[in-house]
Amino acid sequence: MQTKVKRANIMGPGRVNLMFMNSVVLVGVLLTAIPFIYMITASFRQQGELYSLPVTIMPREWHGHNYVKLFGDTNFVIWYGNTIFTAGLRTVLGVYFAALAGAAFAKYNFRFKRFFFFLVLATLTLPFQVLLVPLFLMMVDFGWVDTYWAVIVPGIVGAFNIFLMRQYIEAVPDELMDAARIDGASEFGIFHRIIIPLVRPALGVVAILTFVNTWNDFLWPLIVLHDDTKYLLSIGIATMDGPYDVEIGAIMAASFLSTLPILIVFVLMQRQIIAGLTQGAIRG
Amino acid sequence: MSAHTLTASDKPQSFSIADWWSRNQRKVIPYIFLAPFLLTFLIFTVYPAGAAFFLSFQRVRGFISPEEGGGVVLEYKGLDNYERLLIKDKRFRTAIINGAEFAVGTVLIQMPIALGMALLMNAPHIRFKVLARLAFFAPYITSAIVVGWIFTLIFQDRYGLLNAALSTLGLEGVGWLTDKSFVMPALIILGLWTWCGYNSLFFLAGLQNVPDDLKEAARIDGANTIRVFWHITIPFLRPVFVFVVITGLIGSFSLFSQPYLLFDSGAGPGDAGLFPVMYLFFMGFENFRMGYASAIGYLLTVIILLITGLQLLLFRLWRV
Repeated sequence: MQTKVKRANIMGPGRVNLMFMNSVVLVGVLLTAIPFIYMITASFRQQGELYSLPVTIMPREWHGHNYVKLFGDTNFVIWYGNTIFTAGLRTVLGVYFAALAGAAFAKYNFRFKRFFFFLVLATLTLPFQVLLVPLFLMMVDFGWVDTYWAVIVPGIVGAFNIFLMRQYIEAVPDELMDAARIDGASEFGIFHRIIIPLVRPALGVVAILTFVNTWNDFLWPLIVLHDDTKYLLSIGIATMDGPYDVEIGAIMAASFLSTLPILIVFVLMQRQIIAGLTQGAIRG
Repeated sequence: MSAHTLTASDKPQSFSIADWWSRNQRKVIPYIFLAPFLLTFLIFTVYPAGAAFFLSFQRVRGFISPEEGGGVVLEYKGLDNYERLLIKDKRFRTAIINGAEFAVGTVLIQMPIALGMALLMNAPHIRFKVLARLAFFAPYITSAIVVGWIFTLIFQDRYGLLNAALSTLGLEGVGWLTDKSFVMPALIILGLWTWCGYNSLFFLAGLQNVPDDLKEAARIDGANTIRVFWHITIPFLRPVFVFVVITGLIGSFSLFSQPYLLFDSGAGPGDAGLFPVMYLFFMGFENFRMGYASAIGYLLTVIILLITGLQLLLFRLWRV
């Protein structure tokens, strides 16, 4: 009793306010969540139900046939495999190269260092779209159309990733590196045995961002991949209504399954990812 | 003398590659570390940027069949492409205007909401913080194609979720994707859903960066909450504003996947959903007017750089 009264006194008028504030946040969360929920529930509905009144968020009847159709009638599984392979390879190579470049900028002095760093910043501001046409013609020349080289190689060393890696590697103590040098370690040895282990969390963040970007990329894969069996998830799902004549429910099923791994990884690592992303912006 | 030269010529032999390497690797290694970036940058950025510039003055006259080696036949047309784009081409103008409308719409509506959400999430005793962080980031990492499909359902005329919600409020539904005048509001709603929460996380990170003792000191000096907010919090958020506005503007002009999907690989009723990068794609990869598409790319780059520069200038003035 006693404590209740006391608490009411402290919170006083703020309590109503707090309730209001909490509900605003909750409404924001709900509005964000509804399209996701709708995607999931739509994937368990029959076509007819989605095009009938009244419109409901929850299905009247749950059906699994959209998933049966997705796995039976489309190349969804192949696209999934293609995407895992491409995004995985691009991430591993891209993160390694970005870490190398980041280490060069953070820990070494060399000629043209400032010029090279200016190049990195310049790529950050150059819109990729201006390169689309000539890059496509290059892919034709290289014979890379309909191969994953076209998706993996151009732009593999992301400027933003170099930028992030440089920031994190700067925090690695020089004394540690010098001590290793005195012990006879090579520069590559220092990179692999000192720098990499110390910036592992940052590597994780950069890796996830690269992976997600490749996973979701649409415009460039659309231009260079034309064979249905070579498609990545994004193109496959975007064109699913065409050749397969599948229903929107199956498209929702594909959407849900393709978003799931990304969301899971994000839930597990959200703190690190958000910190890694926002850090650059708040420092300006 | 001969004995002397012998010892001298002996020395380079012990100067083996390994020896040279162990002495000089610290000087050479940064270039090796940078090599993957520099190589891919030269081949896949510098070269195509130059090629795009060259192409933007050309017109494709024909294609050489793959049996004869493949490739395109070009014809030099001077400034024709640019002239056409800037003066005659109404579709390009529509695309630019749509991009600008979307940019202004999203930034103006998004910023206050995102900032408000961040202030709420930063307030003491607020619940659902972890949940909100998760929810607000989720749309950003969801594929634009998936977002597009979900919103084709939500924006449907008769059976759409949004019109159903409006009718429960006693309002009449509209043709979000079929009525020319509602296409832009629909896209702005989609943009809000995708980026508003994401931007609020940036504001939140900025707010957590404002030193508490500074606010405390101002309060002791008699400043009220509004003045503290205006004179301490807002200036500290300056870099976040710069980031949110500039990425928002660039994103607006580069919008492609969502409208491409919503309008079934088209540009919507009366080109109401046509954006510059979409136009570039249609010209370059559907009509194969690659010179023209390259000119669009360059004009777009110039526009984006100009806007970014102007924004940076404005924000710099704000600092003073």
